[in-house]
Amino acid sequence: MTDVRTTAAALALGDDALVLSHRLGEWAGHAPALEEEVALANIALDLLGQARILLSLVGDEDELAYLRDERSFRNLQLVEQPNGDFARTIARQLYFSTYQLALYRELASGQSEFTGLAAKAVKEVAYHQDHAEHWTLRLGDGTAESHRRMAAACGGLWRFTGEMFQPVEGLDIDWPALEAGWLASVTDVLDRATLGVPDGPRTGAWTAGAGRQGLHTEPFGPMIAEMQHLHRSHPGASW
Amino acid sequence: METPAGTMTETAAGTLSRTAPATTAETAEDGLARAFDAAVAADERIEPRDWMPEAYRATLVRQMAQHAHSEIIGMQPEANWITRAPSLRRKAILIAKVQDEAGHGLYLYSAAETLGTGRDELLDKLHTGRQKYSSIFNYPTLTWADVGAIGWLVDGAAITNQVPLCRCSYGPYARAMVRICKEESFHQRQGYELLLALSGGTPAQHAMAQDAVDRWWWPSLMMFGPPDDASAHSAQSMAWKIKRHSNDELRQRFVDICVPQAEALGLTLPDPDLRWNEERGRHDFGAIDWTEFQQVLKGNGPCNEQRITQRRRAHEEGAWVREAAAAYAAKREEVTAS
Repeated sequence: MTDVRTTAAALALGDDALVLSHRLGEWAGHAPALEEEVALANIALDLLGQARILLSLVGDEDELAYLRDERSFRNLQLVEQPNGDFARTIARQLYFSTYQLALYRELASGQSEFTGLAAKAVKEVAYHQDHAEHWTLRLGDGTAESHRRMAAACGGLWRFTGEMFQPVEGLDIDWPALEAGWLASVTDVLDRATLGVPDGPRTGAWTAGAGRQGLHTEPFGPMIAEMQHLHRSHPGASW
Repeated sequence: METPAGTMTETAAGTLSRTAPATTAETAEDGLARAFDAAVAADERIEPRDWMPEAYRATLVRQMAQHAHSEIIGMQPEANWITRAPSLRRKAILIAKVQDEAGHGLYLYSAAETLGTGRDELLDKLHTGRQKYSSIFNYPTLTWADVGAIGWLVDGAAITNQVPLCRCSYGPYARAMVRICKEESFHQRQGYELLLALSGGTPAQHAMAQDAVDRWWWPSLMMFGPPDDASAHSAQSMAWKIKRHSNDELRQRFVDICVPQAEALGLTLPDPDLRWNEERGRHDFGAIDWTEFQQVLKGNGPCNEQRITQRRRAHEEGAWVREAAAAYAAKREEVTAS
């Protein structure tokens, strides 16, 4: 069975993928175009696949997804943020997929329990990053309205980006280098989108690393209440 | 499937070739009509460039648009359970299914576009109630078992209806149906397997499955449309080989398929008149409530207003996104041109 360090890392990465997948699943039937129904569902499905592999490293995937309370989830606060408008969803995708791509590339090139998973997932995540980047450009450099919305979305989520680079126990990563690479990549996309990097701090008073410690934002509780209610209503049942 | 770009070229070319011989319009048109009838009689495929009667074109646009709209509205009752799916495996299956439905909508709009209409125009007709979608999606999904009942019964009925469309006389529609039917069969088996798990599960799960089948059985039978003696478009569609079998024949086929499947599931079908008829070699079944069917068609079903409101809202709230994409594309074109 897996050791404590691997468990901590698998939960952190698995919960990120599980929670973001859930948020993207909320878009089904509400997307701005049919092509985006397909794309957002596709990304949700990739992330759910990653979550299932990662959580299975720790224990039973359904027990972990459906029977833990809010304080036991280890996901970033960024991924639990509500969808908001399409710009808000794209800004969240840009920040997270850029992080996940850099992280998985590094994991794929190393030697750990996560090498195999990362090597497979990196192809999916590169697609997610490409999707987010292109929509950031279209919205940022589209109309005055889309520019305004995309700028507000990027600015609104900026304070959740610092926590991505708090070291995760069990992951042997050069975190400052990861952060520098992320910042360079995101800055480049935001500049090309005529948006520029948002002002303001990248962490709030207790945001840094809080999600990884089970300290979440208020929208997260209702989200997992909805996610878990049916499973919890039938203890011990199989589906 | 043809690419969207290819589709547009073909439509433009087809329009030209149909309107070109203006001077001898009467005789030329008679000849084209004879060639069309002969092609249909010989079971040949009609393609976008070919001449076709305007009524054939209009019937196909109406049917394919309604089919595409049904895929899009049909995402809603199932998407209603994505965030509550009780296991990660089931959640993944459900997301994949709803994604497929959006894809089927895209195939079908593309196929309809080969007839000289546009997706935006068709969506506008859906949003303003000038074109319909399948009445079945005006029923609510009240429990998780409804997701299984939709897979087994609704997708099952759709497949029974759609497999003959793979041989439909209009080529682009027939080819879209080949692809769609493969995926639909897969969904149908997954729905059946979901119900099987519930039926063999706890007493509460079994009751949930039975309740869902009780609620979805009759609406599924209504999916085949009005009885043959009251079906307005049937005779002409069969003559054109758009349709291959009558509504009542397909409905009977569906009942005969479902009865043994229900038995294998350990669930009953909510029809006291349902029994095997030795003489006919088929099942007899009870009368359908056509008043309910008409009410749902007229917009008075349980979810008609909710479904169309959500669809309109998604479209309206997405307008600024589509405008941004268009504005960005125009700017890129300018940059490339200069």
